[in-house]
Amino acid sequence: MGLDLTVVPPFAGLILQGALWTIAITASAGVLSFFGGIGFAICALYAPAIIRYPIKAFAWLFMTTPLLLQLFLIYFGLVQIGIDIPAFFAGMIGLGLHFAVYNSDIIQTGILAIDKGQHEAGRTLGLSRGQTLRKIVIPQAVRDVVPPIGNNMIALLKDSALVSVIGVVELVHASQLAISETFRPFEFYLAAAACYYVVNLLLEFTLHRIERRIALTR
Amino acid sequence: MTDAKPFVEIRQARKCYGDLEVLKNISLKVNKGQIIAIIGPSGSGKSTLLRAINDLDPLTDGEVWLEDTQVNKKLPHKQYENHINKVRQNIGMVFQHFNLFPHLSVRENITLAPKMLKGISDAEADRLAEEQLEHVGLSDRIDYYPSQLSGGQKQRVAIARALAMQPKVMLFDEATSALDPELVEEVNLVMKRLAEEHMTMIIVTHEMAFAESVADRILFMDGGVVVEEGPPEQLFRAPKHERTKEFLAKHLRANALAPA
Amino acid sequence: MQRVAPFFLEAAWVTLELAVLSTLLGLTLGAIAASAKLYGNVVFRSIATVYVSVIRGTPCLIQLFILYFGGPQIGINLDPFSAGVIGLGINIGAYMTETIRGAIIAVDSGQMEAARTLGLSKFQAVRKVILPQAARLMVRPLGVNINAQIKATALVSAISVVDLTYTAQRYIGSTYKPFEMFILAGVLYMVIITLTGMIVSWLNKRVAIQ
Ligand SMILES: Nc1ncnc2c1ncn2[C@@H]1O[C@H](COP(=O)(O)OP(=O)(O)OP(=O)(O)O)[C@@H](O)[C@H]1O
Ligand SMILES: [Mg+2]
Repeated sequence: MGLDLTVVPPFAGLILQGALWTIAITASAGVLSFFGGIGFAICALYAPAIIRYPIKAFAWLFMTTPLLLQLFLIYFGLVQIGIDIPAFFAGMIGLGLHFAVYNSDIIQTGILAIDKGQHEAGRTLGLSRGQTLRKIVIPQAVRDVVPPIGNNMIALLKDSALVSVIGVVELVHASQLAISETFRPFEFYLAAAACYYVVNLLLEFTLHRIERRIALTR
Repeated sequence: MTDAKPFVEIRQARKCYGDLEVLKNISLKVNKGQIIAIIGPSGSGKSTLLRAINDLDPLTDGEVWLEDTQVNKKLPHKQYENHINKVRQNIGMVFQHFNLFPHLSVRENITLAPKMLKGISDAEADRLAEEQLEHVGLSDRIDYYPSQLSGGQKQRVAIARALAMQPKVMLFDEATSALDPELVEEVNLVMKRLAEEHMTMIIVTHEMAFAESVADRILFMDGGVVVEEGPPEQLFRAPKHERTKEFLAKHLRANALAPA
Repeated sequence: MQRVAPFFLEAAWVTLELAVLSTLLGLTLGAIAASAKLYGNVVFRSIATVYVSVIRGTPCLIQLFILYFGGPQIGINLDPFSAGVIGLGINIGAYMTETIRGAIIAVDSGQMEAARTLGLSKFQAVRKVILPQAARLMVRPLGVNINAQIKATALVSAISVVDLTYTAQRYIGSTYKPFEMFILAGVLYMVIITLTGMIVSWLNKRVAIQ
């Protein structure tokens, strides 16, 4: 059959729309994973045992099983118990929680690495433990772990391809729609890969800019 | 100088880390506007005593008073937290390693606590920051980040940050010993200026000359006890105890050997 | 549960095979690409750089799809399992390139000179002197990689390899017991991950003794 890249342009609109959905789900899951990661980290370090241990167990579960399986469970499993979430949100929650667990690990390390003197300086000024954490320790911890969190965001972009299996019409699924009409898998998957590559470059560029900006505040 | 009622008082302070008794029954009275310098060898308990005053290192036994308030009052946890946060607003502390908040600008370092705890407006906070920075001679650095400052400048900002809470007493734990020699003087000058304004201060230091020039009273600590105390002339020129003499002799020799 | 258990066990074996074979392939590709980047001429260096950049810049799922569904278009016909092993191996190889490159750099640079003075060619020096030493430094990062790799094998269910995830998915459909199936597959993943973790730390100890 050979390669014929001219089959792609007629479907450019569809592919681009898929790319937009990929960006949308990556961005929303990214935000969820970031704030979720902070929340989990705080709970894992400071919450009472009754909250801490369930959260740790939950995190362990997420870290030792594949994302794909988790997506299936959220999308197909929750329907079974009467919770019907649209595919996009199921994907967003699955990706978001999965990476929140990984981010939480990184952020915990970041929090523990903050110098004891920072806690003391806050407490000495009369700030409470909570205020000191919120205004002094956590902002610094998060800033310190921007590079590894950024790596997770890059991984998240690529793992967003998995939500195609629960029916979100992002890049992969969009190319599959084109393939079902043209029977040209190579060309369209290649086109999708090229889109990912470009989005990935943009994301890396943005993360690099952020890292440069926060260098001053270290 | 002998006021009837002390401003800061420590009564029979004891502090143990496990079996190690770090403070052994120390009592201390400081009057309003008085300046106390604490000297002594490494590990003698100077920092521990200082940090007991704002309860950063809680005492095992004994009481700490600031005016009519007991700092280390026995209270249920929640109430105690409220109490100590209020008390600490009145006690400024300056650390050896500055402990500025690196993610905040100089302005924000100074205004963070006043804004959060005293609910002052942004405009008032800005005025406060400008005022305090002028005090320590750093008005032109207001929008810098700590990473852009020299050690001496960092420490002066740390002093400004503490002063912005309008504390009743200031604690200094070796404020200049992490600084390059040429930067020590600018910080000492700020502290001297505070002394002239009659700020009550308790200063832990390794700099005998500075202690002599600024303090009303010197405490020499060793092994968790106050071995000797008195006005600087007496303690430095005519120490009574053998351990004080030894310590001072060692220090003078070390200073004589140190490059100018 | 009991009815499906044998299928899950069989699938677990497939998952383990996939992980091990793809890791071995990835190691080989990674070692080649890392050596090419460090010691190769412009052509080899460029090829290695493009390989790493393209593979790391695109999702593994797409790579599998191109290989399995797109492959026949250019005359590459693979069964699902082989496509899975090769696809995953190519993918992990790109990530391992950096790990291996780091390990090679960490091996004393004098080693290369020493080997060359003895008369070994560059290629022989890399293969016989540098890589064996670098391998010892790689065991620990490898442990982290293989853990991720076991989870990554789940992707091949999308090209119909009958692995754990595929099996779970299939029986979620037919039994309507998603939670049980998820737990069964999840537990098996955990078992595999824990076991390989133990093997890697055993390797680690052995390497440390040498
Ligand atoms: N958290 C702690 N746990 C156990 N022992 C401690 C702790 N903090 C301090 N100590 C011990 O208490 C003693 C007094 O320490 P402290 O820091 O008060 O000494 P210092 O006089 O300030 O010395 P330096 O001049 O070196 O700062 C030392 O023997 C020290 O080892
Ligand atoms: Mg000390």
